[in-house]
Amino acid sequence: MSEGLLDETQVIPPAELEEVDLYHAHSFWTKYVFSQDAKIIAIQYSGTAITIGLVGLVLSWLMRLQLGFPDTFSFIDADTYYQHVTMHGMIMVIYLLTALFLGGFGNYLIPLMVGARDMVFPYMNMLSYWVYLLAVLILTASFFVPGGPTGAGWTLYPPQAILEGTPGVEWGIILMLVSLVVFIIGFTMGGLNYVVTVLQSRSRGMTLMRMPLTVWGIFTATILALLAFPALFVAGVMMLLDRLIGTSFFMPEIIQGGELLSTTNGSPLLFQHLFWFFGHPEVYIVALPAFGVVSDIISVHARKNIFGYRMMVWAIVAIGGLSFVVWAHHMYVSGMNPYFGFFFATTTLIIAVPTALKMYNWVLTLWKGNIQLTIPMLFCVAFILTFLNGGITGLFLGNVAVDIPLSDTLFVVAHFHMVMGIAPVLVIFAAVYHWFPKMSGRMLNEGWGQFHFWITFIGSYLIYFPMHYLGFVGVPRRYFEIGETSFIPPSATTLNEFITIVVLIVGVAQIVFIINIIASIWTGKPAGDNPWNATTLEWQTATTPPGHGNFGDELPVTYRWAYAYSVPGVEDDFVPQNLAPGDVKRSDGGQ
Amino acid sequence: MAPSESDASVAQPGELAPGLAGVAADWGSDQRTFKNVPWGKAMMWIFLLSDTFIFSSFLIGYLTVRNSTKVPWPHASEVFALSFGGDPIPLILIAIMTFILITSSGTMVLAVNYGYRKDKNKTALLLIITALFGASFVGMQAFEWTKLIVEEGVRPWGNPMGAAQFGSVFFMITGFHGFHVSVGVLFLVLVARKVWRGDYDTEKRGFFTSRKGSYEIVETMGLYWHFVDLVWVFIFAFFYLW
Repeated sequence: MSEGLLDETQVIPPAELEEVDLYHAHSFWTKYVFSQDAKIIAIQYSGTAITIGLVGLVLSWLMRLQLGFPDTFSFIDADTYYQHVTMHGMIMVIYLLTALFLGGFGNYLIPLMVGARDMVFPYMNMLSYWVYLLAVLILTASFFVPGGPTGAGWTLYPPQAILEGTPGVEWGIILMLVSLVVFIIGFTMGGLNYVVTVLQSRSRGMTLMRMPLTVWGIFTATILALLAFPALFVAGVMMLLDRLIGTSFFMPEIIQGGELLSTTNGSPLLFQHLFWFFGHPEVYIVALPAFGVVSDIISVHARKNIFGYRMMVWAIVAIGGLSFVVWAHHMYVSGMNPYFGFFFATTTLIIAVPTALKMYNWVLTLWKGNIQLTIPMLFCVAFILTFLNGGITGLFLGNVAVDIPLSDTLFVVAHFHMVMGIAPVLVIFAAVYHWFPKMSGRMLNEGWGQFHFWITFIGSYLIYFPMHYLGFVGVPRRYFEIGETSFIPPSATTLNEFITIVVLIVGVAQIVFIINIIASIWTGKPAGDNPWNATTLEWQTATTPPGHGNFGDELPVTYRWAYAYSVPGVEDDFVPQNLAPGDVKRSDGGQ
Repeated sequence: MAPSESDASVAQPGELAPGLAGVAADWGSDQRTFKNVPWGKAMMWIFLLSDTFIFSSFLIGYLTVRNSTKVPWPHASEVFALSFGGDPIPLILIAIMTFILITSSGTMVLAVNYGYRKDKNKTALLLIITALFGASFVGMQAFEWTKLIVEEGVRPWGNPMGAAQFGSVFFMITGFHGFHVSVGVLFLVLVARKVWRGDYDTEKRGFFTSRKGSYEIVETMGLYWHFVDLVWVFIFAFFYLW
């Protein structure tokens, strides 16, 4: 009976690959700065992403200050407000979430979890980070150029994004597009690494169907990114040409201020299609790694195998495939053919099926599990609730008839913040609390973690739940101020003030998290090699934090799947993936 | 069905199960999904897949703006015609460029072949010939651009022949393709130099990566080169012939 739950093999094929020829760093610079070690690169990626993410957080405060208390702050006018909105969106989606999940967690976890010494091309991996940093610096530079950053809205729709009158049209939009193009180049270098490492550099016995779901999620998301970012790249190049040398790819004939502009006969809709062909898979580029991480963390902290592992894998793959045929549900109000709307509404509803399947499997994993309410577990349960909430409003918005009245209201803002803002960020917190002990050798402080969790979780509900209602009554998104509007009741203003106050509190509470991380590096409780009693390979390294080459002298051999928890007939409640079948302690005394 | 055949469909120990389960087990088998495919080659294939999406997006963008413009699209066969004393010959330069690029794919194949035989002199020579073909392609493209800009007055934002997007698309797509060819030429020369010096025989370490090189890089280089050729065929068909 226990054999099935262990999913063991006795005979492991011999190694097909020679030992890799690692680059050995000697100086401080090559060890910690221009490092080719995926773990250091991961920390560099994470640090940069979190830093720029904090800028995005401050921008959201400024935005909320205006919405909650219009006409109060002299440093926010309509132009700066639009700049805050735009930069907040772009920073959070691309430079924080994408970079942190793939560049950060991908780099740290893929080689460790599949049992590899490092990524397959460490030098290119290093370049990937430095190109990413360059993209971030170009983006940051746009705050300091004349005219400031672009205020075109994070979707950068032409023609207004590059027309006179939009804030940041002088330099901001140029730097934004250049930064995106540079980001894509850098990401491609890293992304090729992640995919080839998963495909071609696993340890002996690590079949694809034994990989932890975290690796499946990051792997599939990386493939999505490699196929979706090209559309954004092309859109970026075309818009740069429109802005810089006066081509008319996206520019129709425009009369501005009574004067006919020189642009002619381009297609603004082309940009929307290219942008959303990237933009929708982007949602899953962020969501799939989160799905994977959640699956692994709840399995570890509920001491129970993940329910329906194979189904979970195929659901990830199916969601990945379907995510390429739903993009125009972002464009129902663009005036497209109703039959297209019908097609995209149908595919949108179909993609909810594998997603719902994952929901059920998480809940069934928790069911009758030996649930440990650790901080990572709390964040994961919060994720499941939040994602369910955001997913259901997604079903509303996926239907053309419901979407059209709700389009461009705060309902949409509430929906996508629930589903791809709060939900993935909760998973990032869960992942940091879960893997920090491996990265630093010390635990994060539990008490501060509880404080951080409750404020963040309850706070985000207090922010986004009322926002749905604001959307229902018709409060539009992106408006600088609503003023006196007949159909918006005065209570909407009160609610807006309330949301703003909660935003400030939740934002400040994140300082606790940052301080917890910094302080715990030196003062945290020593964690040991495997503080959570987890089965996956990253917890079985010889040293913590793992050294250069990850696994000491001998690469691990994988005998079983990643979810051998509470197996009947086995003494310990977990069996590491690399523990030889002969060494498993059976409680019935026999072998 | 004869009994002996039905026996063969039953998996023996150590063999793959018949049907989809066997396919999944084969793809998912441990250590490597693609057996005997070196890392560099796997990476190049995936990169080319990604690059295919870039060129596809460019071509779809071109078709969309060609559709959205109300001004007639110039006739490519007339714009890209050259006369040698007599009547103008349509697309003659493009035909020569296409011929050269496709020929260079042939020399690249030979280079890969000699690379696997570790015949360093022939490999290096063929790589250099391929690079020269590539360079002459880029040279003719430069000539074509110059002619269009200086003599015909075509600009990215407009041209005397018709739709403004004609020039925009032309410079953007051929420019991006020409950039790919130029990068290819550069790397062909670098690889040829390393082959010539015998770096792949002595397993000399790379200057940047400090990894040992091998003749496999010639094949990886070849994949890229054939891809750039293939893309040109699509640009030729969609932009010049249509």
